[in-house]
Formats: sequence, structure tokens, C-alpha cells
Amino acid sequence: MIALNVNGKSVQADAEADTPLLWVLRDYLNMTGTKFGCGMALCGACTVHVDGQPTRSCVTPASAVAGKRIVTVESIGNTPVGKAVQAAWVVENVPQCGYCQSGQVMAAAALLNANKNPSDADIDSAMSGNLCRCATYPRIRAAIKRAAKGLQA
Amino acid sequence: MNTIRNESRRDFLKAAGGLLLAVSLPETLAQSGPGRTMGAFAAAPFQPNAFVRIGTDNTVTVIVKHLEMGQGTYTGLPTLVAEELDADWPQMRAEGAPADAKRYNNLFWGEAQGTGGSTALANSYEQLRKAGAAARAMLVAAAAEKWKAPPAEIRISHGTLYWKNQRATFGQLAADAAKQKVPEDVTLKNPKDFIYIGKPARRLDARAKSTGSAQFTQDVKLPGMLTAVVLHPPRFGATLKSFDAAKAKAVKGVVDVVAFSTPVSNGVAVLAKDYWTAKKGRDALTAEWDESNAFKLGSAEILAEYKKLAATPGTAARKEGDTEAALKTASRTLEAAYEFPYLAHAAMEPMNCVVKLDGAGCEIWNGEQFQTVDQMLVAKVLGLEPGQVKLNQIYAGGGFGRRANPHSDYLVEAAAIAKAARVPVKLVWGREDDMRAGWYRPMYYHTLKAGLDASGNLVAWQHVIVGQSILTGTAFEGMMVKDGVDATSVEGAANLPYAIPNLAVSLHSPKIGVPVQWWRSVGSTHTAFATECFLDEIARETKKDPFELRRALLAKHPRHKGVLELAAEKAGWGKPLAAGRARGIAVHESFNTFVAQVVELSKDRIERVVCAVDCGVAVNPNIVAMQMESGIGYGLSAALRGAITLKDGVVEQSNFHDYPVLRMNEMPRIETYIVPSQEKPSGVGEPSTPVIAPALANAILALQGKPMRALPLSTQGFTFA
Repeated sequence: MIALNVNGKSVQADAEADTPLLWVLRDYLNMTGTKFGCGMALCGACTVHVDGQPTRSCVTPASAVAGKRIVTVESIGNTPVGKAVQAAWVVENVPQCGYCQSGQVMAAAALLNANKNPSDADIDSAMSGNLCRCATYPRIRAAIKRAAKGLQA
Repeated sequence: MNTIRNESRRDFLKAAGGLLLAVSLPETLAQSGPGRTMGAFAAAPFQPNAFVRIGTDNTVTVIVKHLEMGQGTYTGLPTLVAEELDADWPQMRAEGAPADAKRYNNLFWGEAQGTGGSTALANSYEQLRKAGAAARAMLVAAAAEKWKAPPAEIRISHGTLYWKNQRATFGQLAADAAKQKVPEDVTLKNPKDFIYIGKPARRLDARAKSTGSAQFTQDVKLPGMLTAVVLHPPRFGATLKSFDAAKAKAVKGVVDVVAFSTPVSNGVAVLAKDYWTAKKGRDALTAEWDESNAFKLGSAEILAEYKKLAATPGTAARKEGDTEAALKTASRTLEAAYEFPYLAHAAMEPMNCVVKLDGAGCEIWNGEQFQTVDQMLVAKVLGLEPGQVKLNQIYAGGGFGRRANPHSDYLVEAAAIAKAARVPVKLVWGREDDMRAGWYRPMYYHTLKAGLDASGNLVAWQHVIVGQSILTGTAFEGMMVKDGVDATSVEGAANLPYAIPNLAVSLHSPKIGVPVQWWRSVGSTHTAFATECFLDEIARETKKDPFELRRALLAKHPRHKGVLELAAEKAGWGKPLAAGRARGIAVHESFNTFVAQVVELSKDRIERVVCAVDCGVAVNPNIVAMQMESGIGYGLSAALRGAITLKDGVVEQSNFHDYPVLRMNEMPRIETYIVPSQEKPSGVGEPSTPVIAPALANAILALQGKPMRALPLSTQGFTFA
């Protein structure tokens, strides 16, 4: 049994200790917003926040993050930054197929938590680990800038 | 999610609580085909054709018959209904249609339902406008009855009907509207009165896809369902000899281990309640394979074979004038050959499928791209009738062609596993399984030969293409393979638009044991590169400007010429550039959409891409721009580094570390310009993809003086500084 703090709630999952956080979220806790893309921390679709840090849940054993604060796409909209990011995503029409966007939103929220006014280079550096096969990158960039501006206002 | 069945209209209305506005259209309006039956509306001279549902909650739901895989169908198709209905955009909703080839067929494909060839919006353009207009007429009739008003005096604006001091929303009139007579004919708006078509309405799926609530196949969970992770053979064509399940079953949590076999795949599936356990079981499994019929060649051997074939003309795909004679008498000839690797689609959502079997048949949850084919082939492996295969349409996490497999490969695999395991099954391929399962864009080899007269004019063009046929052996063979020529192997080459008096295009279609399939823009993925790069080589050799040469050769093709000129103008073609920079241009038509791109290149990066597109009426110019960007990004991934290679028949790539795709920092700045047009709309999901590689290669030729004759460009020594 693994005890976790997910989105501010204490939860338990009857999973083996080596089970990655991704599969505990998806298959044990039925939180399917966090996506599976590669299983090797190569695509970023599984990005969640662990104690505020963007983390690839597909290679993070759930037992390793017991007791830490885990935040997923399901609750990031409850934070001012997460809400601003999701609103900007909608206004800029970012998603196409949408499968990678949970991870993109989480990576963008982590960036804006750490950096209120990211430059293009900051965005490249924070977001280049998140793949999008629809190549929504220009819209992601615009949405991050829009969210940043909104948060400063 | 998709509960509408092919019921009688009365049941149809009842099913939705009496508030559903079923719109049926006269058969003539729906482009009927031979053998079409009247279906459930047999008593009335209408074909059942339900696309619109208006709720008492004042929502307008459009039943979308095409898959939403990112290309924007769930926004574009509702736009057509909203336009004729004069709905308010925030009240619009989209919902995936069930499988029903009579009601929801792709009008360009006869009685078959499916999404592909950039046809979704194009084939729906009139159908959904008429559906919206019919719904509007019924709402007006209901209001006229209620208010005792002349219908002609009733006005609709943004979802509200007005007459004198009366007003009512769609929701308030929905029940009465459902009782009205379905109009036999409807008048569509004059384009000058459009309020949505041509405007950038927001995507209807953006919020669900930004909050993690959008449902993909990967997210489906049924009671009693197990996740299946599979062991496929190490080589294509190998078959399972034996397997030892003991080690897999020793993994705590593994429920079952079953062998499966379908017409196109076989292997062993490990089942557990969760993916991780099933994967551990799969990884522990040992199996022996019969490789006597397995494909064991590598990419290098295949290429060597293709080069031999290309030395002789293939089956003619186009023949004009006398090319051989013209080449003999030409003052000068030029030759080049181009190589293309296998390509994986690598959609972000690896292939997967949920299947539940019961006494009544089979129910499937999938991002469904090929409903009619999938129903037929799944039914076949299960011993059912196609009508017993119910398909639940959900979002696809990308597709790029992969979810329209002519053999329904991953669906029949999931069905076979569910049958063997006797439980509802979610088949989940890991990234490695997805990348190594085949169904690639085929490898190709092209040779081109040009003849020039004494003034340097192009008088002969000989093009030989070598590569596997995608359609031979599929249900599409009869329709699309003519006289030994698979149309998808030569599209973009056989219809070369340039005015050249002697022109010969021919094809060799060797049989190779690697499963192949269409990939975003299909034949154009290779033909555009070969033809557009060769034309630039000719321009360079004859000291002509690549833009002016194309322009002269396209005099009789105004839409090609239109996008070419627009892209050149916006890119400042011919104007001086900073030192160390160069431009490249390419133009290509696919799926009746015309695209030209200019790449501005430095040694560090692509500084800028200017893209001009003519897709007829641009229903949503913002989505058109998104798809241009998307296609360029997808095409760039393949152009720069994309390659699936084989060694001794084994696929060498497995995940994004050895099949790298474009990342944020590599995405160029893109400007899209749309040619104003009143032509019928054509698709935008694919046509920008094939243009970027030749535009980039032509910029490299201009910058470095070295022609790029193979993809990916990394094999030609090209990388950014």
C-alpha cells in the first residue's frame, strides 16, 4: 500500500512499490488527465508537480514521492497560475489532438511559478522536454506569454 | 457518449427526451449513391440524416461524423451548422457520431464512413449547412405557429428568434420545432451574409483538452476490464511457435497470459488490472518464434534492390509526348536520385483500443478513423456481422494516418485478445510496441531525368518511382490501384503541374515484408520532395530563378501560381538578405489544396517560414493557420531526422531518443497567408506537410550549393550550427 498526497488529499493505492506515479494516478486513482506517451521521460506528457517541481511521473516510482505534495492537471486550475495558463490555452486555441497538453500545461505552470516574465529562451528551455506531434509550439509560446501578462496585471 | 442508434424518427426523438431535432434531408441533397437504401425513414421521401440536436438547455449539439484527431473537425463542422442556424457560438457543442455508414458516410467515399485524405470539412460543407438550415426552418415554423406570425417576418440572431415584441431561444422552441415538418428543400445563405464562416471561432475542444478532462481511448475504464500488454514477434512475418507463461504469471498481479493471432499480427498478451503489472509480465515472458517466413533484410539491402529496379522504366503512371526521344535529342540532360526511409507516425497517444464482447456482439472504444472498414474486419475475426460491432467514437491523441489502418490492425488485435481472455480488454501498446509494429510510410527511391533544349528550356521529364504499394491487398485496391499503379504511390508526381511537353512517370511496386500505410499527406510526402528539389537543381544548372521558373511553368495552373506568388511576395523573394542567409521555395497541391512555402535559412536555424495556402473558402482561418503550422512541424520532424531503419529485418528505433521529433526550441516562426477564394473548401490537415522538406532543402542548396538528395537531411550531413 502506497500513501500519497495528491491534489491536497491523502490517498492510498494498493500498488507495488516500483509502480511509477503515472500508473498509480491513472490505473489506481482513476485520474486520467496525466498522460502516457513514452515511459522513458522523453516526451513530457506525464508531467506533474512534486513539491512544486515539474516531474515526469512515468519514471518516478510512486513510493519515492510518498509524503510529498503531488499536483496534477486535475487541480492545477485551482491555483492562480494554473488557472491563468488554462485560460490562455483556451483563448490561444492551443490544443489540437490535445493528448500532450496536460503535460504542457503542467510544465508551463511550473515555469510561470518560477519565472513571472519568461523570455523566449526561458520558454524554450522550460518547454523543450514536452513533445507535441501536432506542433502546437507557437501557440504554446503565445499562451505562456498571455498567461504571464495576465498574472502581472 | 454516443447513444444515437439508427432508430425510427419517433424513437430517435423519444431517446433524447422529445427535444431532439432530427434533420433529414432529401436524398438528392445528400449525394446518394447507387444501392443506397432509404433506411429508417423509408416512409418519407427523406434520408435519415441526423446531425443536429437542440436541448431545452439551449445547447446545440452537432453530431460530427468525422474523427477529431487535432485537425479541428469538432470546431469546423459545428461552424457550418451554426452559420445556417444563426446560433450563438458559445451554445455550440460537438459529439462524435456512432458508426453508421448509411447516415454518416463520407460523401466522397460512397457508402463508407471514415476520415482521411483531408476530406472531413470538404465533404460536409453542404451537408451540414443544409442540416443547419433545415433545423433553422423548423425553429422558425415552430415560432410562427406559436406567435401566429408569418415565417418570413421572423428573424434569428445568435440563437434567439424575434418577431415584434416576441422572442424565444432555441431551447424554448426545441420541443415544438421537433413536431414541425422537415423541409423538403432549404435555401442556404449567401456567402456575403456569413457570420461564422471565414471567421476565427474558438475551438470547441480547447477547454477539455487544457484541463485533462478530454477522454481518449487510453482513459477508458470498464467494469472488469483488464489491460493487455503484448509481445510481438521480433521480425515482421514471424509466427509464435511456443511461449512460457510461467515467469509472466509469477509477476504479482498478472491475471492471464494468452496467445493471439489475427490476419496481420500475432503474439502473446499479458493481462493485469493495471498497465505496469501487465508490462512487467510481458517483459518477463519468453517466447520462441518461427522465422522461416520472416522478413530479414535491412534498409541498405532494400535500397540496393530499389536502385536496381529504378534503372528500368516501371509501369506507366503518366505519359505525354515522347520522353525517350526528347531526352535523346536534348541539348543537355540532368539527372538526380532521391532516397526516402520508412517513417513511423509516432502519434503522442500510442495505439490502443478497448473491446468488450458479450452475447449481443462487440463494443469498441477507439479514436475511430475508419468505421466501416473496422466494423467489417473486427466482425470477421470474431465471427460476427459488421452491424454487431458497435463503435464508440472518442478523441484520438493524434493519428497522422495511423488510426486509419486498412487492415484494422490494432483493433483486430484487441478483439482477438478480448476473445481469448473472455474479459473486457484495453490493449495498450507502449511507445516501443507502437514504433516497432510496422505500418510505416514506405521507403521510396526516385530517379529523375530532365532534358533541356539549347536555350535551357525544360523539354523532357522522366520520373521513375520505386516503393511498396500501400493499397494492394486492401479493400481499397479495386478503387485505387489501376493498371498496376497504386494512386497513392504516384500522387504529386503523376499529376505534376509544370508545362513540360514530354513527360513520363512510372512506378515499380516491389513486395517487401514490411507493413506499410499512409502517413500525413501520403504520396506527396516523397513526390513533392523529389519533384520540387529536382526543379531547383534544374533552375540552378540553367541559372534561372527558382520562383520565376516555377511561375513560367505554371501559367495554366492559376491556383498553384496564386499561392506561389503570394508566398514569394510575403517572403520578399528576390530582396537582399543578410549575409549567411538564403531562401528556398516549393509549391505543391495535395487533396485539392494548394500550398507554397518559402524558408529563410541561416546556419543556425530556420529564421522564418512563409506559407501561402489556397483551400477554397477558409471556414475557420485560425484553424487553417494552425494546420499549416502543424503540418510544417510534422514535416520538419521527418525532414531533419525522421527515419525508421531495419537491420536484418529488425527495426532499429524504439522511442523518442532514437526517433527524434521536433521540439519547441526547433520550431520556426511561421506566417500563414490564405488566398481569398469562393471555391468549395478543401482540407487543410495534410497539405502543408509535404512542402516544408523541399522548401528547406532548396534553401540549403541556395545557401551551401549542395543538393539534398535523401531524407532525413541528417543523412546528408545537414544540421544546424
